[in-house]
Amino acid sequence: MEGKSKIHVTNLRKNFGKLEVLKDISLDVHEGEVVVLLGPSGSGKSTLLRCLNQLETATGGQIVIDGYDVTDRHTNINKVRENIGMVFQHFNLFNHLTVMDNMTLAPVHLKLMSKSEAKDMAEQLLKRVGLEDKADAYPSQLSGGQKQRVAIARALEMKPDIMLFDEPTSALDPEMVGEVLAVMKKLANEGMTMVVVTHEIGFAREVASRVIFMEGGYIVEEGTPDEVILHPREPRTIDFLSKVL
Amino acid sequence: MIFIIQVYGGMLLAAMGRTLLMTLLSLVFAMVIGMIFGLMNVVHNRFFNCIGTIYVDAVRGVPLIVLAYFIYFGMPSAIKGLGIAGFRLNGLQAGTIALSLNCGAYMAEIIRAGIESVDRGQMEAGRSLGLSYSSCMALIVVPQAVRTMIPSIINQFIITLKDTSILSVIGFPELTNVGKTAIGNTLRPLEGWAVVGLMYMIVIVTLSKLAKRVERRVNRGR
Repeated sequence: MEGKSKIHVTNLRKNFGKLEVLKDISLDVHEGEVVVLLGPSGSGKSTLLRCLNQLETATGGQIVIDGYDVTDRHTNINKVRENIGMVFQHFNLFNHLTVMDNMTLAPVHLKLMSKSEAKDMAEQLLKRVGLEDKADAYPSQLSGGQKQRVAIARALEMKPDIMLFDEPTSALDPEMVGEVLAVMKKLANEGMTMVVVTHEIGFAREVASRVIFMEGGYIVEEGTPDEVILHPREPRTIDFLSKVL
Repeated sequence: MIFIIQVYGGMLLAAMGRTLLMTLLSLVFAMVIGMIFGLMNVVHNRFFNCIGTIYVDAVRGVPLIVLAYFIYFGMPSAIKGLGIAGFRLNGLQAGTIALSLNCGAYMAEIIRAGIESVDRGQMEAGRSLGLSYSSCMALIVVPQAVRTMIPSIINQFIITLKDTSILSVIGFPELTNVGKTAIGNTLRPLEGWAVVGLMYMIVIVTLSKLAKRVERRVNRGR
């Protein structure tokens, strides 16, 4: 398991005004690992995830991604973000563009691929998420589950080596959760490094290589899914799990 | 009524042409002004926000007629004070400046509101893909904002068209001004103002019908 370190977080702090959301977070994610962040709402897990690609700027501490210190103002954050895919709770597909244009916009604009290369790749990715017939559809014509699968494909189009998932199934109707988790599971099995914020305990047990339980801006407990979910030691973890299981 | 149209019809039509010319010119400049100050109010920068707010508040806080007098009479005297003699603005120039500044402030607000109506997640998704702030604005946020802005922009166009009548006070021969002359010569105020009013109405109603059609077409793609 101990591949090379992809994400290295030391003493991360994040304040929103006077509110301390992240208090002292240190964390390592290695190549090919799937790390699932669990915890009650307001525990800071989404904020932690958003700090990793600097959608939220850290108040203190250091985050190193693939050797680049993203908390350093001199780092070209846009370049680092090209390698970090992100999937959002509310999909955030570009509503004025077709599925195909959603996927090819960034790589073509950033001159990472030609238009035709990007199109070919998008077609393959859409096939992988089971939506090869939706290339010309607009987001408003898709169901929630389809939108989220397009969002995952859009992130993969950048050929990232890290994927961040911010509650990817929380805004979905129950019958659509499965299709999105299936895509994520496939991705994990292919060796993608993933950090996932989710309330899907089943997914965590089955797919995670490591589970981190957070509360009140701290990491309370971490370990294998077996350790944290089946045999939690911390009372706060036990309390949380008893409510969601 | 027939008499006024027969005698002054050509003059009034020419005046309507000048009214439309001034409206269009002002609108083009106002778009540029509005884009600049609207974006200043959107970016996360206190300094720019401050400039944007001062502009919008200052211009919206002054009646158009005062702004027109200020530019028509005030600017030449200011430039004379700088030691340049013989500088004068004609009615079209002064009127277009006043109207552009005025309309620009409202345009800035329309553009700001349009951009802010786009969900924050759109910008975040773009940024997460490695696009810069300005690329996200240009490729993702502004194209979506324009759709919500179109009805307000057309509305502003109509308001600006009507506001040209205020500029009759600085002597620009737009429709209201020429109408006043025609009525003064014929002493037929009832018919005269009815003709002038109808001319405005025909143009504005046509424009708003056209606007509805454009709006419907734009919304169809959603």
